[in-house]
Amino acid sequence: MNLIFTFIFMQSILEPWPWYVCGPLIALIMFILIYFGKTFGMSSNLRTLCAIGGAGKKVKFFDFDWKEQRWNLTVVLGAIIGGFIAHSYLSTPTNIDLNPETVITLQTMGFENAGKSLLPPELYSWDAVFSLKGLAILIIGGFLVGFGTRYAGGCTSGHAITGLSSLQLPSLIAVIGFFMGGLIMIHLLFPLIFS
Amino acid sequence: MAKYIKFLFVGIIFGIVLVKSEAVSWYRIYEMFKFESFHMYGIIGSSVITGIILLLVSKKFKNINGGLMTVPKKAKGLPRYIIGGTIFGLGWALSGACPGPMYILVGTGAFSVIIVILAAILGTYVYGILKDKLPH
Repeated sequence: MNLIFTFIFMQSILEPWPWYVCGPLIALIMFILIYFGKTFGMSSNLRTLCAIGGAGKKVKFFDFDWKEQRWNLTVVLGAIIGGFIAHSYLSTPTNIDLNPETVITLQTMGFENAGKSLLPPELYSWDAVFSLKGLAILIIGGFLVGFGTRYAGGCTSGHAITGLSSLQLPSLIAVIGFFMGGLIMIHLLFPLIFS
Repeated sequence: MAKYIKFLFVGIIFGIVLVKSEAVSWYRIYEMFKFESFHMYGIIGSSVITGIILLLVSKKFKNINGGLMTVPKKAKGLPRYIIGGTIFGLGWALSGACPGPMYILVGTGAFSVIIVILAAILGTYVYGILKDKLPH
């Protein structure tokens, strides 16, 4: 009997985990970091990386003791390792259970095989990266994320999870901003970019 | 070194959970903004509800250093949250990656995401330069 349960358990580990398992686990990660006397905020690492690169000599915003942020860079290192473990050892081949409507819409925009990988090859394959449009999309997307998150003082982890969990109004406003931006991009700009 | 082990461990769990939740997928972000699936709303919603409960209960407890279990207060302001948030959202939807998943995706072998990370570092740097000229 035990063996059967173990087998079923291992099988369900390999499947995608349901939202009601992952959501509380993310909250637990935030909680553990607060218990460790820190906070859950991934975008701060971008500022730290600027400081490590010597940006503090030119710009005051980066003139701080980045060594105090080493714990957060360690979380980043762990996250990379976690991504590797989950993808290599804890997953069956990626087959995301997207809404069929979404798959059809994506197809009309030139995205084939939606959900068969984590990222669309139309944007992230090396072929795409070495095209002017593909490279521009990744650079503009990344730039907006980096600029916007620091301007707003946090990202999904700092505002949507930590800020909302601690009932802070600024975070609610920021999350509304996240969604305004996302909706503008998907509904107004995507039809122009991918037509 | 030993004091960093626990953070490494937290990071590993974070990476695993985000891959297994599919929240690192560009497609899931797209689907969320199309309102065509409950999945992402379920993740964020159940995370926030659990977080609220954990933070309320933990008010009576002390953290590992014997201090209070507190979350830093966000600065007051409106323009920075609305404008900054919107800029972030535009980038999030386009690249499909926010600042946690970016690194996790590299771990899954998606090395082209490094371009997004470098661009995000540049974006943060440019914000640092313009900071005092922007409304907050």
